[in-house]
Amino acid sequence: MIDSDVFVQSMQGLGVNFFTGVPDSILGGIIAELMIRGVYVPAVREDEAIGIAAGAYMAGRVPAVLMQNSGLGTCLNTLTSLNLIYRQPCLLMVSWRGQDRSDAPEHRVMGEAMLQLLDTVRIPHRILTEKTAIEDVRWVMDTSTKMQIPVVLILAKGVVRGLHP
Amino acid sequence: MRPEEGTLISRAQAIATLLELLTDQPVVICNGFPSREVHKIADRPTHFYMVGSMGNAAAIALGVALVKPNKQVVTFDGDGNVLMGMGTLATVGALRPKNFIHVVFDNEVYGTTGNQPTISNVVPLDKVAKSAGYLNVERVLDRDDLVYEFKDMLKKDGPSFLLIKVNEFVEDAGRVVHEPPVITRRFMKAIEG
Repeated sequence: MIDSDVFVQSMQGLGVNFFTGVPDSILGGIIAELMIRGVYVPAVREDEAIGIAAGAYMAGRVPAVLMQNSGLGTCLNTLTSLNLIYRQPCLLMVSWRGQDRSDAPEHRVMGEAMLQLLDTVRIPHRILTEKTAIEDVRWVMDTSTKMQIPVVLILAKGVVRGLHP
Repeated sequence: MRPEEGTLISRAQAIATLLELLTDQPVVICNGFPSREVHKIADRPTHFYMVGSMGNAAAIALGVALVKPNKQVVTFDGDGNVLMGMGTLATVGALRPKNFIHVVFDNEVYGTTGNQPTISNVVPLDKVAKSAGYLNVERVLDRDDLVYEFKDMLKKDGPSFLLIKVNEFVEDAGRVVHEPPVITRRFMKAIEG
């Protein structure tokens, strides 16, 4: 399992310098680490987070937005009618709730549909694994920069450590 | 029919007045007629015209304001937009960016889709903003008050919220001529430094 501070350090090392989002338990350790570093802007809805990140991008930053996959539904219109048509890159770190049927019922439908949903709106995505972590983050950032659109890094449970021990 | 309707200025008149008082400040303009009207009245590279993502104008302006604390950032918003993204009033109120001016043209209707009523006739958005934590909040009905209050907000630390009650008149303005990616690049270049 990857430690949250190592993960955050490597993202910053790769140039991500603006973080916002809405929490999820899978992302809890990463958000705690970002807050310790004083670099996290808490949003109240995922579409708002995407909007804040878009402003930060246009002001010169490399933004990342963290959210639970339920939030993809909330911010879908912002992704399609802002980022995708205005050509604004963004790194989306999306937790994969409902990956299996043992998760809470509210996550089942999005858990099953997420990959297809992203394919349908043509948002590239990659699932983070411990072995390929640096390569995964780099691919997501390179793809986002090259295509000038948001790209999703999917975080399943147990790949990056939750809250600090 | 609102009692003050006969005396209100139009949104386009309010926009023209505001743009005379602005120079090189970044301005994020919400989707619908507001963007078209601003584009027609004065097309500046410091304008970010939105065509979609309704409800997100203030969030975008907030992102700019947080990264550029030495620039005053303005957003031109509408009552329907504010109602849709009302949570952002709370985020702004909590983060309290000093360089953030939120202007809302309140005509109490969704003008772009055919003047269906919003609920801003019974929900005073200025009071919501005040409760959320905006420092300077004003509600104006005519041009003189608009000029006075906006000039004052340009001098003060924010976040500030200026609610302008406007009538439903829509300026005959076409779509924004620039393609969205051009708007992005032009805006980025204009607010550099």
